[in-house]
Amino acid sequence: MDIQENKSTLNVVPRDREKIKKIGKTALILALITAAEFLMAFTMPRGIILYVLFMALTIWKAKYIIMQFMHLGDEVKPLIYSILVPIAFLFWLIIVLIKEGSDIFNMRWF
Amino acid sequence: MSAHSTAIGVSPKRGVWGGGNEPLKASYGKLMMWFFLLSDIFTFAAFLITYLAIRVSYPAYAGPATEFVGSNEYWPIPELVFDAIPFVHGVHAPLVFVGLMTFILIASSVTMVLAVEAGHRNDRNDVVKWMLWTLVGGITFLGCQAWEWSHFIHGSDTGVVLTYINDLGRNVTETVFGANLLVNEYGPASFANLFFFITGFHGFHVTIGVILLFLCFYQAAVGVYDRRGHYEMVEKIGLYWHFVDLVWVFVFTLFYLI
Repeated sequence: MDIQENKSTLNVVPRDREKIKKIGKTALILALITAAEFLMAFTMPRGIILYVLFMALTIWKAKYIIMQFMHLGDEVKPLIYSILVPIAFLFWLIIVLIKEGSDIFNMRWF
Repeated sequence: MSAHSTAIGVSPKRGVWGGGNEPLKASYGKLMMWFFLLSDIFTFAAFLITYLAIRVSYPAYAGPATEFVGSNEYWPIPELVFDAIPFVHGVHAPLVFVGLMTFILIASSVTMVLAVEAGHRNDRNDVVKWMLWTLVGGITFLGCQAWEWSHFIHGSDTGVVLTYINDLGRNVTETVFGANLLVNEYGPASFANLFFFITGFHGFHVTIGVILLFLCFYQAAVGVYDRRGHYEMVEKIGLYWHFVDLVWVFVFTLFYLI
């Protein structure tokens, strides 16, 4: 047991250029999508089309963060599904609460 | 006894759980972190979907942007509320500062991935370097958010004249500066309440993240993970940190863009 305080006892593997390049590419995509969102916020007219585009781009970014940065894409299939499938419940909540909100809108202002 | 496996990600100490099996081919800690994050996804989703519901229950400001005045009758346009940047007073710079915050958080997420990648290679120097950059990004983001909150609370120089029910239950008309939980000069009371609770809860997560990042940085630097034989802790804290970034992506879209 010749483990010393400040000396690595593990084999250090040299840097893999390919992997670092892939990380850089993902980062670039995230930055570009965010920049595109900014451009759209100032150039496009406000309305449902713009909001749907924003949500689509956001979910696209989320996909990159979860699959590439959090490496969920590298896990086994059952683990991927056990994380992603429960999120489907949220779509129900979104539909129901937006309906509820617009009903309150009608009650309050008309 | 001290025979370390050289294959990446395989060591006698990780992998197999107490029952002699390895469910879902993930270590116990990593799996539990994933399920914690799933529960946190639901918490934040509840916050953000509530924001959407309250948002659609108010009419949006419809007039020209140059004539925008805050009112509790309609929801404000975010780029007209969040248009200030530090050090220059009175300059209209819509979304510039939050944009900067977003890029800082994404950048710190990238350095975190690099730290995790270095951890896979057992490269202590690289882990320490990238953890430190991530830490810098996290602390910078927190500082930016503190400024953002402070500006939001203190408000504009002129304020806005509003009619509202004050804390004594009386209907009053007066000039309102900034924001609190009862009234604010930007929009309906719910606008500021949701801002405080959602960005506050996110900021709380970032704070916890920064503490975890520091612990991880420190342990990596003094060689705890070398002695342990693997850098899995970097990976687990990395998962949490990416999640914080993920939530911010949604907060950014819902609060500042829509």
